[in-house]
Amino acid sequence: MEMIKVEDLAFEYIRRDEDGNVESINRAIDGVTIDVKKGDFVAILGANGSGKSTLAKHINAILYPTEGIVWVNGMDTKDDKNLWDIRQTAGMVFQNPDNQIIATVVEEDVGFGPENLGIPSKEIWERVEKSLEAVGMLEYRTHSPNKLSGGQKQRVAIAGIMAMKPACIVLDEPTAMLDPDGRKEVISTVRTLNKKEKVTVLLITHHMDEVIYADRVIVMNEGHVVMQGTPKEIFSRVDEVKSYRLDVPQVTELAYELTKAGLNLPEGILSVEEFVTALNQLSR
Amino acid sequence: MIRDITIGQYYPANSVIHRLDPRLKLVGTFLFIISLFTFNTFYGYIAVTLFLVSVIKVSKVPFRFIARGLKAVVVILLFTVTFNLFLTPGDPIFKLGFLKITREGLRFAAFMGIRLMFLILGSSLMTFTTTPNQLTDGLEKLLWPLRHIKVPVHEIAMMMSIALRFIPILLEETDKIMKAQMARGADFESGGILKRAKSLIPLLVPLFVSAFRRANDLAMAMEARCYRGGEGRTKMKPLRYHGRDYVAYLILLLYIAILITVRILEGLL
Repeated sequence: MEMIKVEDLAFEYIRRDEDGNVESINRAIDGVTIDVKKGDFVAILGANGSGKSTLAKHINAILYPTEGIVWVNGMDTKDDKNLWDIRQTAGMVFQNPDNQIIATVVEEDVGFGPENLGIPSKEIWERVEKSLEAVGMLEYRTHSPNKLSGGQKQRVAIAGIMAMKPACIVLDEPTAMLDPDGRKEVISTVRTLNKKEKVTVLLITHHMDEVIYADRVIVMNEGHVVMQGTPKEIFSRVDEVKSYRLDVPQVTELAYELTKAGLNLPEGILSVEEFVTALNQLSR
Repeated sequence: MIRDITIGQYYPANSVIHRLDPRLKLVGTFLFIISLFTFNTFYGYIAVTLFLVSVIKVSKVPFRFIARGLKAVVVILLFTVTFNLFLTPGDPIFKLGFLKITREGLRFAAFMGIRLMFLILGSSLMTFTTTPNQLTDGLEKLLWPLRHIKVPVHEIAMMMSIALRFIPILLEETDKIMKAQMARGADFESGGILKRAKSLIPLLVPLFVSAFRRANDLAMAMEARCYRGGEGRTKMKPLRYHGRDYVAYLILLLYIAILITVRILEGLL
């Protein structure tokens, strides 16, 4: 069954001057159709201005489609009475960790979502504990978020979403403001949640190394979906990926260049181990 | 350095006063302040002093810590005392040129000074023993009935707690912008007041811009987490009165009763 189904979505940012006349229309998304199955880990790749964040905001009903329909777990996001159900079903994690933490204590911030849903206090405590444990931040529960590192803050933000028991998490460039260590922390947390808690994950990013674990990768460019497939399929088309102002993982690129130079390597190598095995086989 | 600044000046300690319900502490402080201004006899003040001293003792907050709050109001204190001393009409006991001190003036000045000092001590004791979060929670709960006359109680409390959360972040940001501007030759330290105030403008503009951007982001993040105002919201840590709170209320009542008795007795004498 589909968790998220987007059909022919188009969205226009309309800029108006002081009198309310339309000054310019920017079509950020045009004719996007995707579906994400329950339990999937889907990554959306795209350079700046490709419309990937705009797409993410549609799934949480922060933006409404100009044309087309977005369904989240069978609910139409345009329908106002579904709004809170949709936001609970598809939790959203944003880019800046500081600007999405509300409380001055970690555990109170995680409790913020369930509080909004009107969950009884006792259950909030259970949920807070469980979700902090799931992201590995339980020992920091009474800390102030100001003293945490970027990666830790982002994990707290993820725990805050998990405490609402969503079926799906949308992460809008959650690692863009983090250092490499923080990035690894966040991505491995997300992978664990996907595997253990069976949460559907929609990861929006422009870091290539983060998408190689995804079940499926969707590449966007200038508001359109231009490529879809498993990471292997996507990264075996190095030239095409590069034409959308995106990089491929370093290993993949090296393997690709070696193939071009005449070595007989398999296509779409994603990890160092894979590359080493392939080279070993070649030398035999 | 700058990120260690705590607003509200909470002093962590393990005392009964710290553990009391914030609502009680708010009501108590309020009653205490009223009691300061309703009673103006010598024995009344002895009762007030005893009460304040014993509460401070129980709270385990060092006295010099609380007394620090007095520094901020020294000027106001001096003003009040001086004006009361010289300008109260009555029976003169000292005269120098046009200045005269009257018996009433002396009494009035002393009482006024003590009142102001106690007021500061009492209210700072509250902020020392209550975390900002508890204070906002307590305030929200206490003012809750006001929502019937359309006072946005929940919204006010939410704004207060978000402000508390962002104070250190904005301080850090100010620090960052300041350093960035100093690296490019900006001068925040020399010159008169006017010049220094002017040099703050290039600091404040980017700070405001970023504060608004943060506000926008935060509002979106809150909505994404199903925030829709106070309606139908539950609390993770709801305020609940415990045995000690009832005892404290009793003590408070007793205190007021004693003051009233003192006043009545003195009226009779």
